[in-house]
Amino acid sequence: MSDARESRLTIGSDAPVLSIDDLRVTFVRRDLDLPVVRGVSLEIGAGETYGLVGESGCGKTTLAMALMRYLPANGRIDGGSIALDGEDMLAVSRERLREIRGTKMAMVYQDPATALNPALRVGAQIAEVYRFHGGLSKADALERARAALERVAMPDPAATLRRYPFQLSGGQQQRVVIAMALAGDPRLLVLDEPTTGLDATVEAEVLDLIAELRERIDASILLISHNLGLVARMCKRVGVMYAGRIVEDGPARDLLTDPRHPYTMGLLRCVPRFGMRKDQAGLVPIPGFLPRLGSGLEGCVFSPRCELATDDCRESEPELDHWSDAERARRARCYHSDQVSGMRAAAAERAPGAAATSAGGALEISNLGKIFRDGRRRIVAVNDVSLAVAPGEILGLVGESGSGKTTLAGCVTGLLKPDDGSIRFAGQELPRSVAQRGSERLRAIQMVFQNPDSTLNPAWSAGAILGRAVNRLGGLRGAARRARVEDLARRVRVEPQHLEAKPGELSGGQKQRIAIARAFAGSPTLVICDEPASALDVSVQASILNLLAELQASGGISYIFISHDLAVVRYLSDRIAVMYLAELMEIGGAEAVFTPPQHPYTEALMSAIPTIDFAHPRRRIPLRGAVPSLSAPPSGCRFHTRCHRMLGAVCIEQEPPWQDVGEGHAYRCHIPADELCDLQVAAAAGDPE
Amino acid sequence: MTFDELAAQAAPPSERVLRRRYVVRRLLRSPTFLVGAGIVLFWIFMALFSTHVTRFGPLDIDPYHTLKALSRLHWFGTDENGRDVLARTLAGARSVLVVAPLAAVFCLFFGGTIGLISGYYKGYTDEIIMRFVDVLLSLPVIVAAIVVVSAFSSHTQGSPGAQAAVVILVIGILFTPPVARTIRAAVVSEREKEYVQAARLRGERAPFIMVAEILPNILAPIIVEGTVRLGYAVFTAATLSFLGFGVQAPSPDWGLTISLDRTVIQVAWWTVLFPALALASLVVGANLLADGVRKVLSE
Repeated sequence: MSDARESRLTIGSDAPVLSIDDLRVTFVRRDLDLPVVRGVSLEIGAGETYGLVGESGCGKTTLAMALMRYLPANGRIDGGSIALDGEDMLAVSRERLREIRGTKMAMVYQDPATALNPALRVGAQIAEVYRFHGGLSKADALERARAALERVAMPDPAATLRRYPFQLSGGQQQRVVIAMALAGDPRLLVLDEPTTGLDATVEAEVLDLIAELRERIDASILLISHNLGLVARMCKRVGVMYAGRIVEDGPARDLLTDPRHPYTMGLLRCVPRFGMRKDQAGLVPIPGFLPRLGSGLEGCVFSPRCELATDDCRESEPELDHWSDAERARRARCYHSDQVSGMRAAAAERAPGAAATSAGGALEISNLGKIFRDGRRRIVAVNDVSLAVAPGEILGLVGESGSGKTTLAGCVTGLLKPDDGSIRFAGQELPRSVAQRGSERLRAIQMVFQNPDSTLNPAWSAGAILGRAVNRLGGLRGAARRARVEDLARRVRVEPQHLEAKPGELSGGQKQRIAIARAFAGSPTLVICDEPASALDVSVQASILNLLAELQASGGISYIFISHDLAVVRYLSDRIAVMYLAELMEIGGAEAVFTPPQHPYTEALMSAIPTIDFAHPRRRIPLRGAVPSLSAPPSGCRFHTRCHRMLGAVCIEQEPPWQDVGEGHAYRCHIPADELCDLQVAAAAGDPE
Repeated sequence: MTFDELAAQAAPPSERVLRRRYVVRRLLRSPTFLVGAGIVLFWIFMALFSTHVTRFGPLDIDPYHTLKALSRLHWFGTDENGRDVLARTLAGARSVLVVAPLAAVFCLFFGGTIGLISGYYKGYTDEIIMRFVDVLLSLPVIVAAIVVVSAFSSHTQGSPGAQAAVVILVIGILFTPPVARTIRAAVVSEREKEYVQAARLRGERAPFIMVAEILPNILAPIIVEGTVRLGYAVFTAATLSFLGFGVQAPSPDWGLTISLDRTVIQVAWWTVLFPALALASLVVGANLLADGVRKVLSE
């Protein structure tokens, strides 16, 4: 491991608020030393927003924890220095540390629901900061808390003070957490994945707030995220982390449009940009795995996964400023920085186009309804949904959490029994419960689940899992069964020796591949993919999406593809259905749904995606208010409480009609198609950001 | 294609093997576990081989040396029949180490089955079973055991084997409710996992899902519950024999010996003290063992 100090480029204002130099953090796990942060140096100037990007396990959260001196008991700082406002953070006393946390720096964590104490009113929690750090009286502190909520643009701050966290929406909770973090007027605000786990529209709301605060407060911000688009939107400068090191840094826009490290390029190539389609360009996954913590690392850490790697890379590691451009304030830890831009062309490998033939429906859902009963409460999770999936078609299903997408999928698979309506499959009525369906239909309808860690039985080997599926769904035994298992493994590109392994020994991507192979064991005709790639790192996500696209195209199989990621859905789907609060809002061709006329909800969802496309900034449509409760859905149009195009009383009183745009595209709104189209085209032409 | 081939490359070796090695290493480094296991192993050894170790047999009567104090010949003295207390104390482990582990196995079996069924089916099945379990749980263990054992006593009279079987079954059944609850809780969280959904989706029957899919993944709570119940079973078995509902004289059983010899405690305290210490050490040992296993497995 090279321990040469990285030379520092001074960027931005003269005195940095935060300066980290050659920081090393090691975790001890099962008696082994695992270096997690391996010599990171960075500086954040006054008022600057710095973004730290990288996949899970690259050490970004550990860096933040070390910064706050919040490392767990098995973590220790091995070397380097952290200076906040010139003060050595590694030498301060416990007392001083308590003062510094809150007043000099503050942190906002990933999940607002667990960051707040559920048993205390919001007001008391924010006031606590003022009482602790400011020594204010209870009444004064509460007054300051109200002002703090006002600052984060909380609607009705006085009333919010008296609420408990569970009475607030996810976005409002995160506002409260941010208000608390800002309460001590910190010099540095650390945001660790502040919007991960929040819905797209809520994410956009929180990002808008942060963007706005950035102008108003004089704190510097360190934003940690795995999402390049988000960092691109929020930060002036970006550092890309890989295996505990910064591999590239520089101004966000410059870095993301002209990456100089193959890893940065790799990250950019494996996420579909919004508007990208599978028949236009394939995604390029980063091959291989993140090196296991504690394994011997020689040469450039990225070299085993790098297509540009040469013997030099494998022998010695380049310095962070091996390639640097002082004028653009750019640095990259790579010997071949000048070749990185050339990777782009080589990447344009096309995924085969899907041949969707809409002759007759493979699946027809009509007037489907599903009600959950919780004591006396009735929760209508799916209300009167009708849609059809043609053979060989990929239907994308999008919507915020709680919109009923997964429940709908559950009803199709038979794992949930619908209460209303009917599902016809290949021209025949499907029995409601999976137990009554018979082996032929079980074979034909399969599912790929979301969580790679629980989708496979940890006690079974991968081969046994596939073997059982082949036996049950394909009816094969003995040698035929073994042959089929090996064939399946080949198709999902899992090496035969991994069939011996149990899920605990496989990577997330491999587990998901086995799960996909399991679903394909009996040659299904309809596969439901419930967020199949969203729990995976982006580099792995790309290979899973490619695999799904390839399997679908080769066999004329229909998919129902559920995802909250609009770019992914648009990339993969032939048609898209948009759900909101248990109802279908819009359905149509993948392109049609994303161009005017479109349902105002789809319009808002689309505007909420953070983008790396600097040339075409998207106009943001903020959604008002929180998602209403399913147990008491709004009258009339369910979306009227948050709609930015609400007409008036008619939306509240009457259920909207389906507006048919033609070519199978229809949406549910009181505004007629041509009128809505004019409105949306005018809005798009109006103010771009 | 080269990319995808690379992407499918080997993951670094075995998390599972590392984890197993780690568990063993942690157990071997846990003083709690080591002391507990040491004590329990000592008593298991004695139950099997004590007669080869001691000078006297546990049942050898010597009418000329009754109630003798500690001496070089009789390290722990003798009782009112002149039997060697050391030999009896060491041999006394036998009855309890037959009854307690078997009772623990029984309660694991019953409790495991009930817990699996209850947790898997949920709904009314769960509700009915668990209310029944609650009723059983509210019974005072010793009182209930006495009632059942005495109800069967006329049938088992004269057959020590049958008597022991009744005691084993009774303790096993009375310890079933807490085991059922623990297992049920583990099953409830396990059955919602996606691999169970996947099994249902390929038409697996409920017994298969319970036994082949869920059971292997709840072994940790089962093992912990088993070791915990072992300690309780030792305790309960000794109490029953103390009250005269277990093995009968002249067995060197600890509970029985304490009960019978307490009449002479004022002249020959050693007849009671040593079996009592032995019993206490086994209960403590079993509990330490359980504690060590629980700590390491729940990490």
